Amino acid sequence: MKMTDIAIVGGGPAGLSAAITAAAAGAKVTVIERDSQLGGQLRKQTHMFFGSKKQYASTRGIDIAVILQDQLKEYQDRIEVLTDATVLGLYEDGVLTIEQNDKYMKLKPEKIIVATGASEKFLAFPNNDLPGIYGAGAVQTLMNVYGVKPGNNVLMVGAGNIGLIVSYQLMQAGVNVKAIIDAAPKIGGYLVHASKIRRMGIPILTSHTVKYAHGKDSLEKVTICKLDEKWQPIPGTEQDIEADVMCISVGLSPLAELLWQIGCKMVFVPELGGHVPLRNENMETSVDGIYIAGDVAGIEEASSAMVEGRLAGLCAAKSLGYCNENYEEMRSDCQEQLNSLRSGPVGEKILAGLSKVTV
Amino acid sequence: MIFAFTDYVVCLTKAVKTSEHKSTIYKGGYIVRIEEHPILSFKRGEKIKFFFDGKEYEGFEGDTIASALHAAGVKVLGHSHNHGRPRGFYCAIGNCSSCLMTVDGEPNVRVCVEKLRDGMVVETQKGKGVLK
Repeated sequence: MKMTDIAIVGGGPAGLSAAITAAAAGAKVTVIERDSQLGGQLRKQTHMFFGSKKQYASTRGIDIAVILQDQLKEYQDRIEVLTDATVLGLYEDGVLTIEQNDKYMKLKPEKIIVATGASEKFLAFPNNDLPGIYGAGAVQTLMNVYGVKPGNNVLMVGAGNIGLIVSYQLMQAGVNVKAIIDAAPKIGGYLVHASKIRRMGIPILTSHTVKYAHGKDSLEKVTICKLDEKWQPIPGTEQDIEADVMCISVGLSPLAELLWQIGCKMVFVPELGGHVPLRNENMETSVDGIYIAGDVAGIEEASSAMVEGRLAGLCAAKSLGYCNENYEEMRSDCQEQLNSLRSGPVGEKILAGLSKVTV
Repeated sequence: MIFAFTDYVVCLTKAVKTSEHKSTIYKGGYIVRIEEHPILSFKRGEKIKFFFDGKEYEGFEGDTIASALHAAGVKVLGHSHNHGRPRGFYCAIGNCSSCLMTVDGEPNVRVCVEKLRDGMVVETQKGKGVLK
């Protein structure tokens, strides 16, 4: 059985930031990533990030993935990276099981940071399983990683940041976006993204939802309808949109299976995307030695995922005696960055959610 | 075949020219590979031949099975167990199991995360598959 100081499950923005910080403090780290490459969803983000310099503002996500991997290399004597490796289970004796290239192995870390991210939510309507209906993130992967267009005419469902950004990226790839619809009466994403979309001439229809998807073997047409102020369909407002692609972008839910398995106390917090673990200010869960960072701790932006990762990495390393001489300063700097990222109207919701799970 | 085309977006009052792109259209397929992009450049690997339900297809090194099939216009990947309803590409990260296919005789392969290899035999899966 392999041993390590800190095992980090997930090599996205949170996991990589945790690995770099923990290794910089002196800990031996093992990063386990199920994809063949590190970077997680950053590898699909062609837009520039917001936030401050410390979270690489004005840098594209794809470039942040490279920056983080370069930083990782500085500590390569202390960081082991397992790619194409899936964590299968976390057990009470602290053992973590992994499948890599059809081989099964066990790892015994002193501490574990779970940074597994999130998966896309789905939407209920007749024929919602037709090929041609994709999660918005899947379309991003197909276009921006593999360079393949999802189809010709797209209906985007959801006017949050992901829906708006992916619509813009579809247009950049030469795919026609027919409309963006959202059940809410207001656009959920940032105004700067919505304005860009409007300037391209794509209509954003608020208070609209999908009534029916049509098609034999794949999507051909979508019937949408208007919703009243109680979010009920208004009869007679149906309209058909010819589309071979529908992107579902109605939010994310934390990928928390491993946390359930190890017995972390979980709370349902709609503001954070679903069930998330209780945690203290050091990102440690109710199970001793299990830390969290990123979307699995509550759905936010990649910027805050990176800061949470640093915080978790710092605190997990400290608990093993790997204490950076600036520990207190670095810890309060992370807290300050998170507070600043969570200021503003979107942050209010996140703070309300976090107040229910932070002990 | 490579050709250039121009996209127009029709809004309520006017048509707005957005951008020009070059794409590759494959025989019989309308789904295309992006050849030109304002931000990204796609460095494709070697061409790879593979088989899907008895017919020969082409993809590139670095493709997943699903991205190669998608680029060739194949949208139906898996099927639901009870009603046999067609299922496509949904999550692209190995989470949703809507793309399970039989690959080189092995059932329940998530083709959205399985890398394409030369000579691979990909088949539409019938039933739930069995352990050998």
